Amino acid sequence: MNLQLVLDSIVAVCLICGALMSLAAAVGLLRFPDLMSRMHSATKPQVLGLLLMLTAIAIQLRSWSLVPLLVIAWIFQLLTSPVSAHMVGRSGYRTKHRHEELLKIDDLDQVVEAAAQYRAGEYRRAAEAGEKAEEAAAEQQDIALPDRDGPPENARFDDDESRH
Amino acid sequence: MMQIVLVVVSVILSLAAAGAIYRMARGPSLLDRVLAADVLLAIIAAGLATDMAINRHLENLMLMVALSVIGFIGSVTVARFVSDKR
Repeated sequence: MNLQLVLDSIVAVCLICGALMSLAAAVGLLRFPDLMSRMHSATKPQVLGLLLMLTAIAIQLRSWSLVPLLVIAWIFQLLTSPVSAHMVGRSGYRTKHRHEELLKIDDLDQVVEAAAQYRAGEYRRAAEAGEKAEEAAAEQQDIALPDRDGPPENARFDDDESRH
Repeated sequence: MMQIVLVVVSVILSLAAAGAIYRMARGPSLLDRVLAADVLLAIIAAGLATDMAINRHLENLMLMVALSVIGFIGSVTVARFVSDKR
């Protein structure tokens, strides 16, 4: 049993496991019910699969000067894939790509609700301040303002509320 | 032995790519398609890495890094501009 054979076997195992990660991601994409669980399976080939593949390259080429390059390639993927997953998950949550009945805990719901209420309060304050300023200006110039149906922000806010 | 590994890995990666492409074509929403495209890019990177490991060269390394940049920019951009109303 020589060293060559052992290293070749390790390379083979790493390559096949890395490829199986990709297959697991594809199976997860096909079988899981909603976006969040599909995202869970999609990260497998991006991180662990890439690590196994790069390990196979390092063992096969056997040079130490190569290792920093491969580590940089892996760390780059490690930095970028959580950010893109965060963005996708965030916009998926905001556009209701989730099955409420499959969730045990929804921590983000309270935060989103509080933010919506805060924003609504801000809109209302801004609208009142705007009306007061307009009335004051009209009194100064002695011109009657035409009646209005309220600021357009109210309509958008009502729509927001109905969806919660 | 390396030839056998190459065949096995090719078959597995082809099946995985077929699954990702199916989800990309079928996907009920835009975000599902973006996610499937990300997985497809990861599968292509895995194929490039397999080529490098078995044929003992390093020509594809920069291509792999560029692929991860493309996946990052693409999915972040699409996720940023997904409209609020489906």
